[in-house]
Amino acid sequence: MRRRLRQALTPLRLVALVYVGLLLVTLLFAPLVAPHDPLTQDVANRLQGPGLGTHLLGTDELGRDILSRVVYGARVELLIALGATVVSMVLGTLLGLLGGYFGGVVEVVTMRVVVDVLLAFPPIILVLLAVTLRGPGAGTLIVAMGVLFAPTFARIAYGQVISVKRLEYVEAATAFGAPTRTRLFGVILPNISAPLIVQVSLTIATAILLESGLSYLGLGVVPPTPSWGSMVAQGQRYLSTDPHVLLVPGAFVVLTILAFGLLGDALRSGLDPKSRNDR
Amino acid sequence: MSDLTKKPTTPGPVTPLLEMTDVSVEFGGGKSWKPVTHQISFSVAPGETLALVGESGSGKSVTAMAILDLLPPNARRTGSIRLDGEELVDAGEKRLRQIRGCDVAVIFQEPMTALNPVYTIGAHLVEAIRSHRDVSKDEARATALDLLRGVHMPEPEVKIDHYPHQLSGGQRQRAMIAMAMSSEPRLLIADEPTTALDVTVQAEILDLVRELQGRTGMSVLVITHDMGVVADVADRVVVMREGRVVETAPSAELFARPTHEYTRALLDAVPRLGSGAPATAVVPDRAATAALDLQGVAIDYPGSWRKPGFRAGEDLDLLVAPGEIVGLVGESGSGKSTIGRLAMGLLPVAEGTMTVDGVDVSAGSRSDLALIRSRVSMVFQDPASSLDPRRTIGQSITDPLRWTGKIGDRREARKQAGALLEQVRLPADWADRFPHELSGGQRQRVGIARAMATSPRLLVADEPTSALDVSVQASVLDLFSELQREHGFSCLFISHDLSVVESLATTIVVLQKGRVVEQGPTQRVLTAPTEDYTRRLIAAAPVPDPALQAERRRERLAS
Amino acid sequence: MFSYVLRRIGVGLGLVLLVLTLIFLALHLVPGDPAMLLLSQGDGASATPEAVARVRTQLGLDQPLLTQYWHFLSGALTGDLGESFRNRQPVSEAIGERLPRTLELVGLATLVAVVVGVPWGALAARAGGWFDSVTSVLTSIGIALPVFVFGSILILVFSLKLGALPAGGFAEWGEDPNRHAQILVLPAIALAVGFASTIARMTRSAVLEMLHQDWVRTARSMGLSRRAVFRRYVLRNSLNPVVTTVGIGVGTLLGSTVLVERVFNYPGLSSLLVEAVTARDYPVVQGIVITIAVLFVSINIIVDVLYGVLDPRVRR
Repeated sequence: MRRRLRQALTPLRLVALVYVGLLLVTLLFAPLVAPHDPLTQDVANRLQGPGLGTHLLGTDELGRDILSRVVYGARVELLIALGATVVSMVLGTLLGLLGGYFGGVVEVVTMRVVVDVLLAFPPIILVLLAVTLRGPGAGTLIVAMGVLFAPTFARIAYGQVISVKRLEYVEAATAFGAPTRTRLFGVILPNISAPLIVQVSLTIATAILLESGLSYLGLGVVPPTPSWGSMVAQGQRYLSTDPHVLLVPGAFVVLTILAFGLLGDALRSGLDPKSRNDR
Repeated sequence: MSDLTKKPTTPGPVTPLLEMTDVSVEFGGGKSWKPVTHQISFSVAPGETLALVGESGSGKSVTAMAILDLLPPNARRTGSIRLDGEELVDAGEKRLRQIRGCDVAVIFQEPMTALNPVYTIGAHLVEAIRSHRDVSKDEARATALDLLRGVHMPEPEVKIDHYPHQLSGGQRQRAMIAMAMSSEPRLLIADEPTTALDVTVQAEILDLVRELQGRTGMSVLVITHDMGVVADVADRVVVMREGRVVETAPSAELFARPTHEYTRALLDAVPRLGSGAPATAVVPDRAATAALDLQGVAIDYPGSWRKPGFRAGEDLDLLVAPGEIVGLVGESGSGKSTIGRLAMGLLPVAEGTMTVDGVDVSAGSRSDLALIRSRVSMVFQDPASSLDPRRTIGQSITDPLRWTGKIGDRREARKQAGALLEQVRLPADWADRFPHELSGGQRQRVGIARAMATSPRLLVADEPTSALDVSVQASVLDLFSELQREHGFSCLFISHDLSVVESLATTIVVLQKGRVVEQGPTQRVLTAPTEDYTRRLIAAAPVPDPALQAERRRERLAS
Repeated sequence: MFSYVLRRIGVGLGLVLLVLTLIFLALHLVPGDPAMLLLSQGDGASATPEAVARVRTQLGLDQPLLTQYWHFLSGALTGDLGESFRNRQPVSEAIGERLPRTLELVGLATLVAVVVGVPWGALAARAGGWFDSVTSVLTSIGIALPVFVFGSILILVFSLKLGALPAGGFAEWGEDPNRHAQILVLPAIALAVGFASTIARMTRSAVLEMLHQDWVRTARSMGLSRRAVFRRYVLRNSLNPVVTTVGIGVGTLLGSTVLVERVFNYPGLSSLLVEAVTARDYPVVQGIVITIAVLFVSINIIVDVLYGVLDPRVRR
């Protein structure tokens, strides 16, 4: 299996992996990585283009260093995305596992009532509802997105449980007296973990996509904390004259989402032996 | 190897319809190609039935698919394949398309997946008909109905508009045969046509093929691993092993005087119905408390909101004495597996009483289930899925002990695992290996070791060898009976294969549609059955003896 | 077939009921007094008791829960969704004005995405080679591109630099059909890119999956041409997962209009939503959420019915 994982890492995906690694480094060591304070304004030097000098990626309309703002923004994006992903993974997997294994009323309650209802809303709508009630902020976002993305994990876990349930080693576990807890978490869960792990990467990508959109609308992270989405929103005014103010954070959003998506692809072809996506 | 057969009614040598010379198939791509079959040569005469026999990995299917180039894109063939003198290997896609479905037709093993689930049977047939003939849809539909009648499809006017999932396995196979016959092919390639079917349906399908052959004079190339099927239908036999031809001979000769040692070993391994009682059987102790006693038991199969539940077993009376092996036989849907699961405590008792080792466990309470688990154990059917792929085989073997709390620490467990592995004739240090590192037969042995871990009084064996190759099956069954003699456990042996049951069980119970049809001492039931269904079951079971099979066919068609 | 459709509709209606209930409960599930929540500006200053009382009466919070629920349900079903906090305009009126515009945008984007994505994905699966690799890369980028980034880039290129298409605004169909159509182009493309990429990917993997099925081999053994086999035994069977993806995608698209309408200043339903959220105008937010959710459930019912048409195994 390890061989398959290594095979799955095409050069492009390897680059993505390295990029993600760098992102995680900035998550932990943002103050060390950023060359300037992201909040310091320097109106005299506003709207400088990228180039070699004090501001590698230029400055925004208030003279703030774009690179530093991108770095701190990365931290915000990742924290929220990771937080939401963890919440949704735990919640969703539990729902799908229980619903798939027990069937009957449990299935109806978990999969039909909870999951299907949540899936009836386009993703951003539910978050907007939450923001209306609680106001913008990282906490609201993590919880709202966590709940929002749970159904995806639930559906995957559910589908997997249904197909694994009839395999004989699961029956054997029941036949030989394994307690229900062991059956669910010791026998079934390890054997369905592969597609769930793939989904983690994809969910992080989606969370970043969603969060940046919300920040763009001004409904995500509260300023003055830098976030890529709000940076794009601010940059729109200067699009014709100083496009870099919008394009730099925009590019980072795209690259980050792309990287996690490629990582997800790599995980999928590495972990799922039956995946036909690679011919 | 010379393979011109002289048919009794045809004077002089006959031009073969199909001639394969030194055909090899390789898989791979670009620079690396791996050969799968080597220099296969044989021929099929007009009107003849040739059987291509081998176990898994022998290359028999690949060889058959190579004829019409139905191989996957990463395969290539070398050698010569001549159809009525015309070379097919370099014939080009256009010519091959003309031949496919027209001069040469194919029927496959799994009709459920071989038919497109979104088209009706009628749509399939019309497609097949119109691919080689320029007719209108209405004419094609009329022809389709005729074809369905020709294959004795029940209610053809109704079934023609049904989807594949609405038909039974045997009906789907008839539909495929109808498709194949739509252009009166000169050669029919049948790839394991009856492996997925019940024994009685199998006999009907083989009869059908022979009937069609008699009517049209077509040749048939049958690919199979079942020697009974070979004895039933083949005029000549080609035995394959690991990609090579091992022996070619007329059917009667092959069965009576096999020349190659592999053929001999293969024939020896096939269990024969009528070979008599097991030589050294344990004498069951009928005086002592029964290991399992079912009286008037009914079993309900649980339903979900998707599918309604149903009564899988009704009015069941069954007794397994200590040390006895009871064979449970029946076709699919007979309820034999359900009884096995009941005995293991996996299904509740809906009606009646169930007693294990003298204790009434019909209520299914926690203590009842705990008792069942300490006295009853199970060997599962599918070596590919009966062991948790994420746990070592040592862990899988001792899991029953851990789950019932009989073993605490890991070292103790590993020692136990080693000891149990040795009992099933596997090295003790394999305990750290994973299931995917073992072969099917080895995994079944592990399954037996696991079942023995709790020192059960009753072992339920649910088709333990049905998924194995014939030669492997024999060794696993040998092991099984040895262990039974050594440890003296009782056994509920579930199988659809009468000859396997005959070689092991002292008592046999015949099931049909959830009810006991007949039960009694094995020899008595098999030689002098009292019930009609039992007779049919025995008559349909393929026997690896061509003369005997021919006689049984005559009897079957006469009735 | 008929009973299948009825069942699907029944389930859908049940879902709508649950969805409405969830929306209703949203206000009450959040910890804290709803009225205070809606008025709090997050700057520490709490609202005046009069303002709180006003909001409470407006939202009907002073009545028992079940009465509120009943009021809410009957209102939702008859079309009375309350009044906006800001200008007292009936919510249903505001929605009625804006909804067709958003639907137009979504419809156009979906059309483009399907017309481009399905053949692209099928071709990539069939052809393989460099085309497939390029497809893989392009679709990856397409999915990763947020609509607001791409939309801005489109404006930069086509409006500001090339001056070919308007950057935003609106014109009624009746008044100026030409401009109306022009205005739709860029936002529709922005929406369609991500959608088309998802559809292409899904189609590709569905086709690849189907190519390995046994019935394809059977079709070949009958002597059918490769093209006929591909069309009738591969593509036809791939339609199901594709239809499902399109159905879900339309829902996501409805959500993405939130961003696109902002970038292009398009006065659709979603931009009203954003305004309302920013202003904490709860009745409007609630009304739009209900509308979109019900719309989405209806689309899913249609998708389910289509699924039954395409795959007879599902119908029993």
